[in-house]
Order: sequence, then C-alpha cells, then structure tokens
Amino acid sequence: METKNKKEPDQISGIDRKIAEMPKDHIPGWGIDADPENDPTYPMKIWNGADYQRINYEKPPQQRVKMEVLHSIERPGITRVFGTSTPPKGLSGSIRRWAYKYSEATTAHWMGLILADRVNSVEGIIDDLKHGTIPNFFEERGWSAEWKYNRAGFIKNALTGLLVTSAVIVLCTKKNRK
Amino acid sequence: MNYRGPFRIRADRDKPVPQIEHPYDAIVRVTRSLICGSDLHLYHGMVPDTRVGMTFGHEFTGVVEEVGSGVQKLKVGDRVLVPFNIACGTCPFCKQELYGNCHESNPEATAVGGFFGYAHIAGGYDGGQAEYVRVPFADVSPTVIPEGMDIEDAVLLTDVVPTGYQAAEMGGIRKGDTVVVFGAGPVGIMAARCAWLFGAGRVIVIDHLDYRLEFVKNYAYCEAYNFKEMDDPVVFLKKQTDWFGADVCIDAVGCDASGSALQTITGKKLLLQAGSATALHWAVNSVKKGGIVSVIGVYGPPFNMVPMGSIMNKGITLRTNQASVKRLLPKLIDHVMSGRLNPKGIITHRLPLEEISDAYHIFSAKRDNCIKPLLIPPRANLA
Repeated sequence: METKNKKEPDQISGIDRKIAEMPKDHIPGWGIDADPENDPTYPMKIWNGADYQRINYEKPPQQRVKMEVLHSIERPGITRVFGTSTPPKGLSGSIRRWAYKYSEATTAHWMGLILADRVNSVEGIIDDLKHGTIPNFFEERGWSAEWKYNRAGFIKNALTGLLVTSAVIVLCTKKNRK
Repeated sequence: MNYRGPFRIRADRDKPVPQIEHPYDAIVRVTRSLICGSDLHLYHGMVPDTRVGMTFGHEFTGVVEEVGSGVQKLKVGDRVLVPFNIACGTCPFCKQELYGNCHESNPEATAVGGFFGYAHIAGGYDGGQAEYVRVPFADVSPTVIPEGMDIEDAVLLTDVVPTGYQAAEMGGIRKGDTVVVFGAGPVGIMAARCAWLFGAGRVIVIDHLDYRLEFVKNYAYCEAYNFKEMDDPVVFLKKQTDWFGADVCIDAVGCDASGSALQTITGKKLLLQAGSATALHWAVNSVKKGGIVSVIGVYGPPFNMVPMGSIMNKGITLRTNQASVKRLLPKLIDHVMSGRLNPKGIITHRLPLEEISDAYHIFSAKRDNCIKPLLIPPRANLA
C-alpha cells in the first residue's frame, strides 16, 4: 500500500540552492568576515560541502512497500529503507494516520501518537484474548524479580493495592444501596 | 521480546525470523544484547508511536546469517557489532559523518535518523533483544569484531561507549576543566570516564542512588555526590567551583530525571512535556558563564521546560546529538584494545533473553544494584 503525499525526493525543486547560489555582488561586504574556523559543529560534523550537493546525492535502491508506512509530512515521501514492524491497524492506526497529517512541530502530532499508544495497549489485550492468550501481567511486569529482590516492598504494594481496591468496592456498594 | 504496553514486556517465541527486505540488508543472529537506559523511556510509555508488538533493542552483536544481493563487504559468518544508528552512508548527513542523522532510514520523523528497536519515531525497525534482526545498510555501520576483543566489550561499543565518549567530546573539554556529569547511569559513568581522555582536571558526578555513586567513583576515578543530601545541587556546585560554575556540564539523564516535583508531575505523570528536564535545568544553572552544556540524555520529541533565558544570558553553548557510532568506532576500538577503556566493567547482570521481563524490571526499578543488564539469546553460542 502506498502512502499519501508520495513524492520521490528526486522531484524536489532545488529552489533553496538556486537562490543561495545566485551572485551577491549587489550586497556590500558580502562574505568579507567569513571565517571557516568558526565551526561549532566540529568534530561532530566533518564539513565537506555535502550540504550543498544535497539535491542529487547518490540514493540507495528503494525498499519495496508491502505494507502501510506512515511518514512525516516534513519530507516528500518515505525513506529508502524503513522498518516493517507493526504497521498501523485498528482504532490506534486511525489515530496514528490522523496524527501524521500534522508536522513534527505540532502538539496534535505527538499527543495524537501518545493517545494512539494508549489505545493500542488496550487493543493488544483484546487481541491476546481473541487468540486465546490470557496476558500474564505478573510475568510481563517482571514481578517475579520484584518478589526476589524487594519482597517487603512487593508485599507492601500488594497490600496497599488490595486495601484501596477493597475500599473502592465497599464505597461503590454503599452508594448503590442508597 | 514483544512489547505489550507501558511496563509490560513478554518473551515471545512465536515471532517470525526477519526476512531480507532490501538488497543492502543482512540478517544477523544475535549473540549479545543490552538493555539501554533509553529503552526504559519506551518501557515507561514515554516515547510517542511505540506500538504494541514491537521488539526493542539497539545495542547488540551477532553473526551474519544472510546478506542481500547488494551487500559486498559483510559475509555470512562474520561476527559483527552493530551500531544503533541505521545509516545509508550516502545522504548529505552521513557523508559528513552525522550517522545518527541519516536522511534515508526513518520515514516517520525528520527529527532523528533510523535506530533499531526504538519506536516508529525512529523508523519502526524491530530491534536486537531478539534472536534474529534485520540489519539495513549492512555495509555501512556494522563492523567486524576485532580479533581478541571480548564480546562484552564489543556489544558496549554499539552505543554506551560512543555515547558517553561523544558526551565528553561535545563538552569541548580543555585540559584542566572541571566537568560535572548529571546522572550515574551507564552513559553518565562512561561520560565521566571519557572526560579524563580529553584532559579534564576534575570530574564530578551527581545522582541520587548511592550504589551508582559508589560505582562511578571507583570506575571513573571521579568525585560523586548525592543530590538528595543537598539543599540545592546548583548552589552546591557553585560552591564547589569557587562560585563561578563548572566549565562543562553534561546532562546524561534525559527525560526520566528525578529531583523536581514540578518537572516530575508535568513531565512524567501528566506528559504535558517530554519528560522531566531537571538534569538539563541544573546543568544550565551550574555551568559557568560562557560555559558548555553537552546534552546526551534522551528527551521525547514534543518539548520541555528549560531555562532558555539563562542559556542566552549566560552565553552558554549548547551541544547535543545522538552519538555517531561509526565515526567514533576506530578511536574507541583502539582505546578498548589498548586497555585504556574497560567497557564490560559496567555490566552487572547477565540474563537469558527468555527472562527479559525480569531484566527490564530490575533495570527500571534499580533493583539488586543494577547498572547494566546483558541479555543472552538461546542460540547465542551456536557455531
């Protein structure tokens, strides 16, 4: 399945470079104080001018798209490779598709994805049950390690949880009776 | 492993073995895998677009089992360490050795390159806490483990050592500088150790876990202080530096920081910001005017409350990036092989991959004096 806004990077206009490379003779003093030593990116970035040849860089072959791949709207299309883990599906998938309509600069994008994650964890439990798997929360949460290394804390937390749950049940039952 | 939601992880024996998806792919059988502090951000449900069913893990070594038609350097049977960055090697960023910022490995976000096993904001790749992994661009970053190198040293060269080293490197440390590292987790420990390689005059580590402070004091030859024993860590550090501030501060904590109720509630409980930025806040306030703050701790993508006014008014240089592992590997392999660095010294727990849920809990809850847990898959020792 192809993604929306699919546009190969080769179709980028290159307008930024065209403007940047125009002669600047009309600007008094252009470049007079340029100092190549003033490079706060050193030594992280090995400056070799590749930034300025970025339009036509050598691109690897494109990975075949055999599943839905969402992509940031801050780029023209998908990258040459991508992960194939867990394509979007279900309600969480719909929320993710909505979130990806917004740029990475927006709260809607990130909060939408967080919401989708929470919905997805509920979907995961439903999916497990559908496939006959009862999630083993004790094992999944690593509570056997907690029992081994922090038994007193484990018992204290379990008792607190039990107490709070019992209190809530008692309160709800009383309210219902009234 | 199979992520099922915040704080829930399952050892899953039914996940299919990954396939070659691209001519430059390799399939690697994992021999060792580590849990990273940044995996805990995923585990805690703090990183957006972490989907149920994903496999985490971006620190692993393995044996090449299969290569795609376009792979020329790696061969089946090669024992490799696989840097956490997925890098194409030809985009303008990779060409300038910014391998953590590759433009061709992550469709989902432009803010970061592709990483193994790190949510869909890092490309949606399954990771190395597994028996087999698909490794894209196999000829670019994966590196054959040098003869004589311990596999436990090799696996730490995939992230922790380069990340700690780059944290110190970004500090622009000059001989004699006082360097403060916030966080005594694996990366903070390594940053403190590496600060000496750049000629630091004094290295101070701040954390709140005594066992980690004791560990870093011995491992990294530094001073170590517990911020819970101070009224205000910033005032403490100012006093320690003749009231001027440290020359360099390193935030090696990121979004899971303790120490400020406001940051914890808004960042970790309500998720109104991308985690708690307490360490960064302290780093900005503890550094001298005109000093350098190096940020290697991981933050989520939305935004954080940081004292921008102080950054500007103090003339602070803020330097930060994901580690560019491939760029640093030749130097770091030399440091390890010559004995200057002893990465495997930070591994405290060795567990079978099948016990991954326990491993995550031990690391996350800081049980049993855990510094760094190593996972060993069942097929790790096949010939």
